[in-house]
Amino acid sequence: MCGIAGLYTKSPALQAQLGEHLSSMLEQLSFRGPDSAGVAFYREPAPAGSCKISLCAAHGEADWDAIGAELADAFEGASPPRVRATHALFVVDADAEEVQGWLAAEHPELRLMSAGSSIEIYKEAGRPGDFVRRFDIERIDGSHALGHTRMATESRVTTEHSHPFSTGLDLCLVHNGSLSNHNRLRGKLRREGIQFQTDNDSEVAAGYLTWRLREGASLEQALEGCLSDLDGFYTFAVGSADGFAVLRDPIACKPAVMAETDEWVAIASEYRAIAVLPGAQDAVSWEPEPGRVYSWGTTLVA
Amino acid sequence: MAAADATREDLLSVDLASESVRQLNQLLHDAREPRRVRVLHPAGRHSIAVGIDAPHEVEIDGHVGYYCAGMNKLASVRVHGNCGVGVAENMMSGTVTVEGSASQSAAASARGGLLVVHGDASARCAISLKGAEVVVRGSVGHMSAFMAQKGALVVCGDAGEALGDSLYEARLYVRGEVAGLGADCIEKEMRDEHLEQLRELLERAEIEDVGAEEFRRYGSARELYHFHVEHLGSY
Repeated sequence: MCGIAGLYTKSPALQAQLGEHLSSMLEQLSFRGPDSAGVAFYREPAPAGSCKISLCAAHGEADWDAIGAELADAFEGASPPRVRATHALFVVDADAEEVQGWLAAEHPELRLMSAGSSIEIYKEAGRPGDFVRRFDIERIDGSHALGHTRMATESRVTTEHSHPFSTGLDLCLVHNGSLSNHNRLRGKLRREGIQFQTDNDSEVAAGYLTWRLREGASLEQALEGCLSDLDGFYTFAVGSADGFAVLRDPIACKPAVMAETDEWVAIASEYRAIAVLPGAQDAVSWEPEPGRVYSWGTTLVA
Repeated sequence: MAAADATREDLLSVDLASESVRQLNQLLHDAREPRRVRVLHPAGRHSIAVGIDAPHEVEIDGHVGYYCAGMNKLASVRVHGNCGVGVAENMMSGTVTVEGSASQSAAASARGGLLVVHGDASARCAISLKGAEVVVRGSVGHMSAFMAQKGALVVCGDAGEALGDSLYEARLYVRGEVAGLGADCIEKEMRDEHLEQLRELLERAEIEDVGAEEFRRYGSARELYHFHVEHLGSY
């Protein structure tokens, strides 16, 4: 069991409370996933020619100020670190892939959580309520966000095993379920040059999407590919700079509820996590059909 | 919350924003006389009004979570909203009415009573049905009536893939399209006794704009299972 939450704001008025609402949703889902929690927020796009990099000092503390200075030296410039618990966010005046290459060479001890123009991923082992407080999630604004609470079944409980998983620039995946063919698929994807940080099954689904998108598939095509190439149970929510998409396995083993008002669109594992949103009582709510891709955002599945 | 010895005429309100589901259920279990209870602010909570064993009338104002009215006996439970997984699962008798839609496994293993869903019911509706009757005003998802043994499922809309897979003796009536029949499930002749049953079920479900003649009947071909009535005592 795990919990998934996603919230997309249709009205700018709601953006300031995005973190507060997503935190309430995660709290409702904490009994579905007490082992770890994580979020991906889409907010404050970096200026053209710059990128946002979210890093974690998974194995101890990092001197974020020193790393910020190194980044500023190595590239045209970099923001001071914005530190959240074990994570730090940098805006670097360079192409995201260049920065990723530099980090892998110069700071292999750091874990890259996310990279792109607007994505920020924060995730950590521990109870969702503790995570929300420690990372001050309630005060993060943004246009849309995904969250996850994990009950580990397949692999260890660490920061790296937590969701969301980055699946490329500005893309991430949260997963409720389990995959059976992840070992063989991981091997195939490694031969295609996709890198993995863990032995986790969900990370393989993220890697699969990364690979399909790299090969030219649209996000919708990549998600539809999951129906034939992934063996197992899943409700996926995939975040992008524009919105998010949802897919359930054809047997619908794992729950999902969606709801929409004039103000927002939400996905959650259970309705109780939607009931805490403003105006939920009057929302149109429904259960997404199995094997069908749902999406919000203008260019998400273009 | 009022005391458990009030009379049926007193309408009790239980607000789940301030009372727990356990307090609500305990009240429903402890009441010696039939009660009328209105439940406010369910907010998707699980296990609301489960295990009732008295002819209470329960009205729930809003959407509920999993297993609402599970194991219901004698009571009439009405949900003014949608239901999560397993509404009226293992119901024994009474009536459960859902004014919105129901998630998966509605009326799973239910032995008696009537479940009415005015919206849609999703996958595995009436799975392993053991004698209850289920009327869905909208459509049902895939694998509905899987291994159903006894009772009836009436679907005024469409049915998803693999309807009635591995069916035993339940009767299935579908008015719209059937995406596909499961193993050993076949269409069967609609006889007078079936039309009569349909009319009665539609009436009890308070569905007046749908005629019994508009349905087709499906049931077991009886080629997949090998229970013989002469061996009944051995099973």
